[in-house]
Amino acid sequence: MESTMEKETVLKVTVDQHKCIGAGQCVIAAPAVFDQSDDDGIVILLQENPSEDARAEVELAAKLCPAAAITVH
Amino acid sequence: MTDQLQGQELFPFKREAGHPFDLPSDLTRRREEEPVSRVPIWDGSTPWLVTRHADVKSVLSDPRVSMNYLTPGMPPENPFIKVRRQKEARESSGLSMDGALHAQLRRVLTPLFTVKRLSKLRPKIQQIADELIDNMLAGPKPVDFVESFARPLPMLVICELLGVRYEDREMFKESAERMMMTSTTEAESMELITKVHAYFGELAELRKREPGDDVFSALVERMEAGDITLDHVKSLAVVLVIAGHDTTVNMIAMSTLALFDNPEQLAELRANTEDPVLVANAVEEMLRYLTLTHIGRRRAIIEDIEIDGKVMRKGEGVICAENAANRDPAVFPNPEQIDFHQEQTREHLAFGYGVHQCIGQQLARFELQAAFSTLHRRIPTLQFAGSSLDSLPYKDEFIVYGVDSFPVTW
Repeated sequence: MESTMEKETVLKVTVDQHKCIGAGQCVIAAPAVFDQSDDDGIVILLQENPSEDARAEVELAAKLCPAAAITVH
Repeated sequence: MTDQLQGQELFPFKREAGHPFDLPSDLTRRREEEPVSRVPIWDGSTPWLVTRHADVKSVLSDPRVSMNYLTPGMPPENPFIKVRRQKEARESSGLSMDGALHAQLRRVLTPLFTVKRLSKLRPKIQQIADELIDNMLAGPKPVDFVESFARPLPMLVICELLGVRYEDREMFKESAERMMMTSTTEAESMELITKVHAYFGELAELRKREPGDDVFSALVERMEAGDITLDHVKSLAVVLVIAGHDTTVNMIAMSTLALFDNPEQLAELRANTEDPVLVANAVEEMLRYLTLTHIGRRRAIIEDIEIDGKVMRKGEGVICAENAANRDPAVFPNPEQIDFHQEQTREHLAFGYGVHQCIGQQLARFELQAAFSTLHRRIPTLQFAGSSLDSLPYKDEFIVYGVDSFPVTW
């Protein structure tokens, strides 16, 4: 994961698709960062390094996720 | 332990007369004084009652608790739910399972309930809401609000979702309502289950030949592909009817009443019906404030858990009171008021928490957002036409708290 060192990103988001239960909370909280797969409804991370502006939304998504599948580093 | 509890009020506790929107006082007291305690319930058992927001979240996301109704200690809500969920557990056909079995079945459903897919239903939901209001405005007043708006809206939406034929919709409505009643006996419950399952069996045959664009057809398609059995299709359809109907009916009805009781917040909503952010916040806040699933989430302990200094042992039952949690001042700064601007509102547990959290929650949100905005935009002078909000026959004894009817005018 050294590639993130190249640019100065403050936010790093990871998702655990194995834990995800497809509740959709993250898509409602931060639609620019999270989506759901049409095939199985499981989380898709649209932006691994969203801008600082998205911090509040992304942190809310992580907090609301009922399966604790989202981590903000 | 059991002896000490004899003679105590059974859980769920009753609300005090004249306080239809407040928690039963003993529930608030327990959250403050003994957040993890024992309570007697209808079947003679004495499960744990967990009342704080953090503890409810922790129990509901703990793999050492089971949602399988055959697990020793499980404290069922009533005889009907016990029968239905034990049947599901034996057949592995419902979502009341644990671990990998649950995850596997839930993943059959998740693609049908994505935000994107449910968003496509929004114009249809809007149309249903508008037509119901058209009919209300064209008819006599005062009128029964539940009968003319709150009850038909979710039923029409669930019928769209499942592709239920128009001619079957009355049977559907009646069965769904009887299934939710705590007064339904075990024998009646078995009959209802058999009847509804038989109906879904017929509908499955039809959808094999004539598939639609609905969730039920998608389930039948999964069955044809060998992912799930006919039993799964039937049980999941029943779950969707039960979970999708009474909950939303009563949320629309009770939110309307609670806003009549809070004229300042009602005025704020009326002034902002075109603001999707405020409407969405209002829906979340009413979900938190009302938490109509007032009899708690039921689980059984499969490995000892210590919480707040109490040890819940393997084989014991636990009830997570999300209505008490949703008024926990440790999380919500304004717990006893309706406040559309409370930042923490979205942390409410009205849809549960953990891997069993409501799969239909986004559908519920879209329905409630359409109901709130359409109702208050199109009838800005809506008012209660009964004698007193406090004296309505609120359904304390039902699985979902609510009210069967009340008059409105405008």
